[in-house]
Amino acid sequence: MQTKMEDRSNHYINPYFGGVLLGLLLLITIFITGRGLGASGAVKSTVVATVDRVAPAYAQDQGYLKKFISDDNHPMNNWLVFETVGIFVGAFLSGLFAGRVKKFRVEHSPKISVKTRLIFATLGGMLFGFGSQFGRGCTSGAALSGTATFATAGLVSMAMIFGGGYLFAYFFRKLWI
Amino acid sequence: MGPLIANGYIDPAWNNVIALLVGIAFGYILEASGFSSSRKLAGVFYGYDFVVLRVFMTAVMVTMIGLIYFSYMGWIDLSEIFILPTFMTSIVVGGIIMGLGFVMGGYCPGTSFTGVAIGKLDAVFFTGGLYLGIFIFSMIFPWVEKIYYGGEQGPVTVMETFGISRGLFAFLFVIATIMAFLIASIVKKKVKDIEL
Repeated sequence: MQTKMEDRSNHYINPYFGGVLLGLLLLITIFITGRGLGASGAVKSTVVATVDRVAPAYAQDQGYLKKFISDDNHPMNNWLVFETVGIFVGAFLSGLFAGRVKKFRVEHSPKISVKTRLIFATLGGMLFGFGSQFGRGCTSGAALSGTATFATAGLVSMAMIFGGGYLFAYFFRKLWI
Repeated sequence: MGPLIANGYIDPAWNNVIALLVGIAFGYILEASGFSSSRKLAGVFYGYDFVVLRVFMTAVMVTMIGLIYFSYMGWIDLSEIFILPTFMTSIVVGGIIMGLGFVMGGYCPGTSFTGVAIGKLDAVFFTGGLYLGIFIFSMIFPWVEKIYYGGEQGPVTVMETFGISRGLFAFLFVIATIMAFLIASIVKKKVKDIEL
């Protein structure tokens, strides 16, 4: 008889339990730091830091990037950068315990090719990154943390991100269903 | 009393350590809830998986009610917490672009990091896309500056925007969320499941 560990890789925690945990984490974070969570900010810091490293004259003269450069602080010495390092560690641990950490693979609908999935993942990332600058934060920083702190910008951001998703969902249905 | 760092209960030198610990918990919760899977996330737009709606809205409710409770108990001064400033034109434009990115890429920034952490190559490409998108934004900033600063209202709250109390807003939000959960359950039953 084959003895094999039960595959737990499709077992996730109850979504309402996950939501309570996430809500408590956000509450504690605001209680300690006065601010919420974030994600896109760390990528922005990486853009600022790399451009400043490769072409300092350009970065310090550039209308957008120079807003985030100061003489007494490195752009990567930022709360959200440290938090994002944590996201990778925490997600890796969770995935490890659940048997979901495997070598690099592409998750896609059986109806589309790996190449199609990767092209749309890249384009989606570009649009999300671009839009997050207008939004002054993404789903974590603007929609979740903003709405939970009663900021009007947060509520609008949440409505627009999910509303925008539903608005365009029809055109990209072949990617998913 | 709170926020603890601003009021001197915790030395600001601990800021980055706290950031790392918060991030670990954040990443753990997202991954354990299934947010490392783009196909689960995209389900919210097609009705076959509502994990995003359930986790996200529950979290918002818990934090909102928690903040009201902390404030009532005198544990936190809500006038000291960060309120995201409203630039209405910018956030509407940005939000819709993010929504388009979400449904094309299947991830948002935080969730794509959790996908990278467990070895999803599509999440790596999405994260690379984020970098490119932000870089392109910075390059064309002079042309979009008007939109970026458009509709400035400052750090306004929903209480000011709608002219209602914090408690009433939270109450209405909870009612709307419970309705959304009920609708999601009905839709989920009608939509064909997909093999993930």
